Amino acid sequence: MAIRRGRGVAAINYPTGMNLGGDPTQALVHSTPTGNFMVTLSSVDLGQGMKQIMAQICAETIGVPTDRVVIDTADTDTGPHCMGTFASRGTHRAGNAVIQAAKEARQVMLEVAAEELEVNASDLETDGEGNIQVKGAPQKSISIFDVALSAHFKRGRSISGRGMFLIPRSYPEKETGAMKPSTCYAHACTVAEVEVDDETGEVTVLTVKNVFEIGRALNPKMVEQQLVGGSWMGISHALYETTEPYYPSRDHGGTDFNQYLMPGPGDLAETEIIVLERPSADGPFGAKGPGEMCANPQIPAVANAVFDAVGVRIDTLPITPERILRALKAQAAG
Amino acid sequence: MQLRKDYFADVRKDGLHEIGQGRPRLDSPGHVTGKTAYFADRNFPGMLHLKMVRSPHHHARIRSIDTSEAEKHPGVVRVLTAKDVPHNVYTILILIQIGPEDETVLADGKVRWKGEAVVAVLAETERAAQEAAAKVKVDYEVLPAVFDMEEALKPGAPLVNEYHGQNYYLYDSGECRKVRFGDVEAGFAQADHILEQSYQSSPIEHAPTETTGCVVAPEGNDRFTCYTNTQAMFFTLDNTSIILQMPGSKLHFVGGTVGGGFGGKVDVIVEPIAILAAKLTGRPVCFIYSREEEMQISSPRAAEKVIIKDGVMENGRIVARKVTGYTDAGAYSRHSPYGAQKGAAHYPGPYTIPNVWIDTYCVYTNRTPSSAMRGFGVTIGDFALEVQMDKLARLIGMDPLEFRFVNAYRDGDMKAHRQPTEGAALIECMQEASRVANWPVAEKYMAMSSYRKGA
Repeated sequence: MAIRRGRGVAAINYPTGMNLGGDPTQALVHSTPTGNFMVTLSSVDLGQGMKQIMAQICAETIGVPTDRVVIDTADTDTGPHCMGTFASRGTHRAGNAVIQAAKEARQVMLEVAAEELEVNASDLETDGEGNIQVKGAPQKSISIFDVALSAHFKRGRSISGRGMFLIPRSYPEKETGAMKPSTCYAHACTVAEVEVDDETGEVTVLTVKNVFEIGRALNPKMVEQQLVGGSWMGISHALYETTEPYYPSRDHGGTDFNQYLMPGPGDLAETEIIVLERPSADGPFGAKGPGEMCANPQIPAVANAVFDAVGVRIDTLPITPERILRALKAQAAG
Repeated sequence: MQLRKDYFADVRKDGLHEIGQGRPRLDSPGHVTGKTAYFADRNFPGMLHLKMVRSPHHHARIRSIDTSEAEKHPGVVRVLTAKDVPHNVYTILILIQIGPEDETVLADGKVRWKGEAVVAVLAETERAAQEAAAKVKVDYEVLPAVFDMEEALKPGAPLVNEYHGQNYYLYDSGECRKVRFGDVEAGFAQADHILEQSYQSSPIEHAPTETTGCVVAPEGNDRFTCYTNTQAMFFTLDNTSIILQMPGSKLHFVGGTVGGGFGGKVDVIVEPIAILAAKLTGRPVCFIYSREEEMQISSPRAAEKVIIKDGVMENGRIVARKVTGYTDAGAYSRHSPYGAQKGAAHYPGPYTIPNVWIDTYCVYTNRTPSSAMRGFGVTIGDFALEVQMDKLARLIGMDPLEFRFVNAYRDGDMKAHRQPTEGAALIECMQEASRVANWPVAEKYMAMSSYRKGA
């Protein structure tokens, strides 16, 4: 009886957005007389940070710091339609809608600034810090705050914009299955290293090394929070989770976090995250949706590592100590 | 975390002001200090609490329901049964024309899974609602149940859901969604080795910090505001409008700040009945899942079974792959027909294989209805595909990582569903994994690229 070590690899891809498309999202952007910009949506922030990302996308497009953007979501009386936050679609779909709305608002903002500075709007640029200046002559500038006041009180203009993003729905061909499920795909490769106790069947995940390609990392810190969490969830799915531990009997299904098994802080693997960025053709600033796929590659990587360690295949999830011991017993019986 | 900027630098514009910057989240201080307001922080004077009476049986006919004792229980204001729901039989994907309507808001004549909602009790306190729910008497005639997808598909199996008429979802393509590419039998015939394996999974809970729920307040003008943690505001509003036969203009949904979803909050379960209750009582209503309901009543990730048959050459090329996928929807469709279809689009994985045959089935059993969850239609498929890849590599005596390089898709490669590959990056991910995990592969693989000349 011994602790045996093994490692396994898995590589995957994952589609961004609702499968087969047909999932629209709209956005509205307007400036207030304070020079702040409001983004109005009906999209849902699940805790992953959608509001923050929409603020950064709007800020980049208009040319202001992120803290000048306020996100107003989700109220069906005021927010324009969004299909919802699922299918790794939030950043991609709503982000594109916000860019379109913000571009329209930026154009009005530059036109008002041009009137104030008595130049052509096409000769203006934003400095990213809240000012608009003449290209090549930054001393000739006006603050966005003053532009907002001028638009509202003097020029009678609304610095605002409308945005919409829709990938038309694809219908699978009946006989061949020809279809367009998605416009862009994220990628990952995970190597997991485990120890398996061949006396107890217990698996310890020592390390997971995850390489994710997610299009553009719009906010690397938030990318990290999502990918680390996803990596943990993958390990949890591989080794722990089921609502029906004695299937087909429904008895003893977990009803709280004491009974429903998941890895706790003491079970965390040493986790490494590497991010590659191949911008997508149609994502906001090249982003794809990493939200779902980051929890997938750890499951087969751990399964393959268990085989590498003890030489038995567990092809049924979760890979419990009981299943490993039964397989080892069957293997010994020959 | 490390960003490896050297990959794909030629196609990426760095140096933007706000994008690419790890700005601190503006909502984080509120989250970590308990200041953020969630739907359950709404409290209204006179608010009622809704509790469900649930089926103790997996499959049963309802002979009779007696709510008289429950109605007399102190604090009970109203008891709702199927006849109170204007359009009681619904299905959420009807909004994108994926029918038929196959699920009841409150059971009508039959229950099809253990835990199904039968009667809703509204009371002044949560405790009174719970106590009164225990006094509802339902007379059941227990029916044979089926819990296994293959059993459910056999002739003579108990029929789970009469609205479908058979224990599988009927696509326009027939009993399954199909993908056909090349000639899979010819591929098997030329293969050096054939490997057929079967993989299975169990239902999995979303485990959000915040359980599913809503608080409904009548606006006093025949309009209702629903504070909710749904993942999809208008999707829920539109389904509620159908179920309650109420114009959408009478419905106002407020949400957008949610304590975790993972796909578990795209079903439309709590809002329609809570709004109906508010309408019939004229009182604010809250309906919030207990942790037990979240774990055992709300839809889990589906149990799946995946059978993969591959033909592989000694040199590592996979020449044929046949996948049969089964998704256990449980008793009702919810999002499962869509998930099974997403699986058909995902197989055979990120590999270029000339001959592919995919069948994915959405099967009905008397298990808890499953629905969307992070990685919907793909997560379990990836488990099956990538364990199969490991087995194939070992079968022909090749390094598992090198074996994946041999088969990896690249820009321009035609996928089985007949879309050319664009924006591939699998090879680069594997190259970086080789480096970071100190898992060396032959130099020719490290020299590969997802780009193709002219692509």
